[in-house]
Amino acid sequence: MARTTIAENGEKQHTLLGADELILNMGPQHPSTHGVLRVKLKLDGERVIGSECMIGYLHRGVEKIAEHRSYQQFAPYVDRMDYVAAVSNGLGYCEAIEKLLVVEAPARAKVIRTILTELQRIASHLLWLGTHALDIGALTPVFYCFREREEILKIFEKYCGARLTTHAFRIGGLQYEAYDTLEKDVERFCKAFESRITEYEDLLTQNRIWLGRTKNVGILKPAEAIALGATGPVLRGSGVKWDIRKAMPYAAYDQYKFEIPTGTTGDTYDRYLVRMEEMRQSRLICLQAIENIPAGPIMAKVGKVLKPPPGEVYHSIEAPKGELGYYVVSDGTVQPYRVRIRPPSFVNLESFDKMVRGHLVADVVAIIGTLDIVLGEVDR
Amino acid sequence: MADEPKEQQAPPVPAGDKPAASPSPPSTPPAKAAEGVAPAAPKPPAPPKAPVSLQTPLNNELVTRLRAKFTSGILEAIEDRKQAIIIVECARLAEVALHLRDEEKFDLLSDLTAVDWPKREKRFDIVLNLYSFPKNERVRVKAHAAEGEQVPSVFGIWPTANWLEREVFDMFGIVFSGHPDLKRILLPDGWQGYPLRKDYDIIQQDTAWVKENLGIESGQ
Repeated sequence: MARTTIAENGEKQHTLLGADELILNMGPQHPSTHGVLRVKLKLDGERVIGSECMIGYLHRGVEKIAEHRSYQQFAPYVDRMDYVAAVSNGLGYCEAIEKLLVVEAPARAKVIRTILTELQRIASHLLWLGTHALDIGALTPVFYCFREREEILKIFEKYCGARLTTHAFRIGGLQYEAYDTLEKDVERFCKAFESRITEYEDLLTQNRIWLGRTKNVGILKPAEAIALGATGPVLRGSGVKWDIRKAMPYAAYDQYKFEIPTGTTGDTYDRYLVRMEEMRQSRLICLQAIENIPAGPIMAKVGKVLKPPPGEVYHSIEAPKGELGYYVVSDGTVQPYRVRIRPPSFVNLESFDKMVRGHLVADVVAIIGTLDIVLGEVDR
Repeated sequence: MADEPKEQQAPPVPAGDKPAASPSPPSTPPAKAAEGVAPAAPKPPAPPKAPVSLQTPLNNELVTRLRAKFTSGILEAIEDRKQAIIIVECARLAEVALHLRDEEKFDLLSDLTAVDWPKREKRFDIVLNLYSFPKNERVRVKAHAAEGEQVPSVFGIWPTANWLEREVFDMFGIVFSGHPDLKRILLPDGWQGYPLRKDYDIIQQDTAWVKENLGIESGQ
């Protein structure tokens, strides 16, 4: 039973068994914070009554660097933000600059971009699933997830030579033509992947420990999610059916059929189900895309020196973690005047305080995991 | 200075801050003169092209409604690459934002940021990117703020502005009035200066840091 005491300054304090409030520092070096996130928790016994996130340990000044590089030179830097979904970062940046230049990538480039980006979404969600389950105490899924993720990284390696920070796309299209067996590799992966998702679900979806640790933990109501700016699976887990791939299609998404999964209660379990279903949908998009990759050029006509006309553009894509936006201002020179990156992880992390209040310390790791943050992107 | 605003051509920057591939001022290499060959006459500068402007005035229903409601509070409405931009008076930013959220249903604040134009009288642009779920539409709201001018916070309208405004304060030093906890977010509390301002010198900051922390003259 909580007991209420009156402090010297007249403030009411709710304490458990008369214990004092305790400030617990978690991180920045903590295995469950997925990087260098430091959380200051205000505790009443084992219950969290307040929290503060301390970020910036990985701040590299990416937006400042952009002002000193040409448009093409800055492209590899964006891969270092969300380093587990580098392909998506690159897609957003290249499309933003294409909008600024008023050019459009050829149809073939768009389809190949879509395939690689959807594979990247699966890879990012697999990493999330493995580590999230590991944080909560399920040891097995992480091995299975990394097994499948490896297959995707091998496809990236065959395509552009890099596995993580790929720099796969260029402003105006692609630099590399698809390698001969790309379709076959993607098809083989997608065929095998269907039963693999079932395998993960067998381990977790009806698992009593998993249900106990994720159901009704970190609830975010739809109105709260919108007010806090949450996007991506966090918003959809709360039941808001919004996906930029459908709402404002980019790349070749308007050609493919897929569903937007949503949750009902907005708890950690719902966000888990949403991401699992998203992997299935991404798989379907890949299968549709490889059926018909149009022939033709892979690069639009853009000069070697890019000088976009003065002006500005905001372009956002549905990255695996949410809305990834680029606000680019050009002053007509070869270097961007300003590049603002709207990171989904940074904004989603704002919901952390709302979600964590009233839960136990052990739930904090579940809530950090369910937000699916990457600190490289939070801090930029 | 490394960070002065760009003019016609990128300014020369201290070594290490810029790759060699960027356009360098056309100087005659001394080696050519030694060969005895007359140095090629410098090319006459190309006639300046007429500036391409993709910005046109915007007059849609939303702008008409806003103009009717706020009259002089709406300074300008332009369209740039099919994206709507509405420039509002800085002091009335929160008022317009509340109207946009409640009456025009722009319920998601996608992004809040700033741009520095040091040569302008009011040097900062505060930029809000809004999205409307029912309309599936975006609009960008901008306000000009002078150095030291307080900008009304939109934290009360979209709680997500909390961290976004803190980041703008951290990087530009713009103060938001009405923000509950305005302090640095990405940089350490004791940091000097505001890095995303155009007059913030990376080299100078680096030199000062190594002098203080490593006791050496330059880290470059």
